[in-house]
Amino acid sequence: MPNKKTIDEKTVKHVAGLSRINLSGKEVKLYQRQLTGILGYINKLNELDTKDTLPTSHPLGNLKNVFRKDSVRKSLSAEDVLKNAPAKKDGFFKVPKIIE
Amino acid sequence: MKDYEIVIGLEAHVQLLTESKVFCGCSTKFGLAPNSSTCPVCLGLPGVLPVLNEKAFLYAIKTALALNCRIQDIIKFDRKNYYYPDLPKNFQISQYDKPLAYSGYIEIEHNNAKKKIRITRVHLEEDAGKLIHEPGKGLSYVDFNRTGIPLLEIVSEPDISSPEEGSAYLQELKSILQYLKVSDCNMEEGSLRCDANISVRPRGEGSLGVKAELKNMNSFKAVRDALSYEAKRHVELLRKGERIVQETRLWNERKQITELMRTKEETHDYRYFPEPDLVPFTVDKKEIDRIKRSLPELPQAKKKRFIALYGLGKYDAGVLTRDMEISNFFEETIKLFDNPKKIANWLSGDIASILNERKITIGRTRFKPAHLAELLDLIHTEEITGKMAKEILPEIFDRGISPKEIVRSKGLKQIKDAGELASVIDDVLRENKKSIDDYKKGKVNALIFLVGQVMRKTKGQANPKIVNEILKKRLEGGG
Ligand SMILES: [Zn+2]
Repeated sequence: MPNKKTIDEKTVKHVAGLSRINLSGKEVKLYQRQLTGILGYINKLNELDTKDTLPTSHPLGNLKNVFRKDSVRKSLSAEDVLKNAPAKKDGFFKVPKIIE
Repeated sequence: MKDYEIVIGLEAHVQLLTESKVFCGCSTKFGLAPNSSTCPVCLGLPGVLPVLNEKAFLYAIKTALALNCRIQDIIKFDRKNYYYPDLPKNFQISQYDKPLAYSGYIEIEHNNAKKKIRITRVHLEEDAGKLIHEPGKGLSYVDFNRTGIPLLEIVSEPDISSPEEGSAYLQELKSILQYLKVSDCNMEEGSLRCDANISVRPRGEGSLGVKAELKNMNSFKAVRDALSYEAKRHVELLRKGERIVQETRLWNERKQITELMRTKEETHDYRYFPEPDLVPFTVDKKEIDRIKRSLPELPQAKKKRFIALYGLGKYDAGVLTRDMEISNFFEETIKLFDNPKKIANWLSGDIASILNERKITIGRTRFKPAHLAELLDLIHTEEITGKMAKEILPEIFDRGISPKEIVRSKGLKQIKDAGELASVIDDVLRENKKSIDDYKKGKVNALIFLVGQVMRKTKGQANPKIVNEILKKRLEGGG
C-alpha cells in the first residue's frame, strides 16, 4: 500500500530542534522540499509485496548470538581520552552547562 | 485520602555485576579516576563496533526468569536518540519494541497480605556518563567511566496502591537480585535506581488519573516520602477542583518536596530505530529450562521454608530472608546451636543494630556463625548472662575472636553463688527501703526494680533468676 507521505514545515522544525540546529525560514522550506523528496523515493519500497516476508532488523540474516566474554581489556590512556577535547580539567571533559 | 485511590508503577534501573562494560572491555569498577575506564567503543569514536557481553546477557535472562517473565523469541537492540553531554554517541543502545523479557510478576507481602505486582518488561541497556555541575560558572565536567555499564530496566505495571507497597515491592526486587547475585543493589552508589509513575483517582473510578513521573529518589525512604508527598499534592489539587498536568518532577531530599522538571510538551522524542551494529539474539527453550532449573531458592520460598522448618513467625522469617547473607548465617548457626528462635532474635536485634550502625553487611565482618553459636551456648549453660553477651558482642565483631576467649581474658563469669550475692543484695535492700515497703503493699514492680539494682551493682554478672529468688525470699520472709 503505497502512501504519499509529505513532510510539513512543522516536522522540519521539530526535527531540527531535536538535533539542536537553528534553521532560517528559507532553510526550513528547502529541507521540507528535499526531505519530502527523499521520503517519496524511499516510499517505493512500499510498493513491494511483503506479505510473506518476516520483519528484519538486521541485514546479516543468519548471524545471531554474537558475544564477547566478560573480561576486562585495557582502556585508553588518560592522555589519549582527552586528546581531542576542546576543553578539559583534572581528567574531565569540560562542557557548557546544560540544564534540562 | 480515604476517598482517593493511589496508582503507582515503578521503573527500576539495576547495574549488573559484570567485570567489564556491556559492549566493550572497559572495567566497571566504582570510583576510578575520571575517564580512566573508557575506550573508542564507549566514547563513541567513529568506526567502532559494540559486541555484547555474554555475562550481562545471561544475568539479564536469569533475572527475567526469576521475575516470572517470558523471554522474547528474537531479542534485538535499538538506538534511543538524544543529545546530552553525558551521551558521547548521541544515542543510547537500549531496547524498544522487543524487550528481552515481558509479562512477569513478583509476589510481595505487605500488612500481612500477599499481592502480585505484575512486571511489564525487562530490558538491557547501557548507562550514560556522569555530569558534575559547577555552580555559578555555567560549566559541567563529564566523566564517561559509567558510560556503557550494563543496566537492566525493570518496569512494573501500575499495580502498586500505596507508597508503603511501593517500598515493599522495591525491597522484594532488591532481595531477589541479591539472591541471584546479579547486582549488589546499592542505592547510595547508584547500582539500584528507581523512578515512579503516580496518579490518583476518586475511589471506584474506572479510568486512571493524570500521572506524574518522579525522579531522583536515592533511598527506600526517599521513594516512600516522594510518593506520599506526590499523592497528597494530587489529592489537594483535585479537591480544589484544579487540573493535574502530566509532568516530570524531581524529589528534593533537603526540602522534602517534589519540584517540576519538565512538562509533557517538552517530553523527548527519542526516534528509536534498530541498532544495526548488533545482531539479534535468541535463547532456545532448552537453555531457558536449564537456567530456570539453576535458579537459587528465592526469598519468598525461603521464607516459607523457614516458617515450616524452623517454626519461626512470619515476621522473623521475613526479616531473616530479606537479606541472603543473613539467611545463610542463620542456617549455618543452627547447625551449631539448635535454637532457631534464639538465633533469630539475636540476628534481628543486637546484631542487626551493629550492622546498621556500621553500615556493613554481615559477610564483610569478622563475626561468624560459630561465634554466635558459642555465645548462645555460653548463655544457655549459664556461664554468662544475656546482658554480658550483649556487652561483648561488639568486641567479637571488632576482633573476630571467640566469645569464650573474651570471657576468659576479661575474667567474666556469671555470679550464681548465693553467698557471693548476699552482700550485694544486703546493700541494695539497705539503700532502697521504699521499694521494700512498696513490695509489701503489693507493688510487684518494686521487685523488678530491686533485681535491676543488683544487676547494675554486679555489672550484669549476677544470675537474674537466682537474684530474683533470693530477693523474693528476703522480702517475704520479713526482710
Ligand atoms: Zn570502553
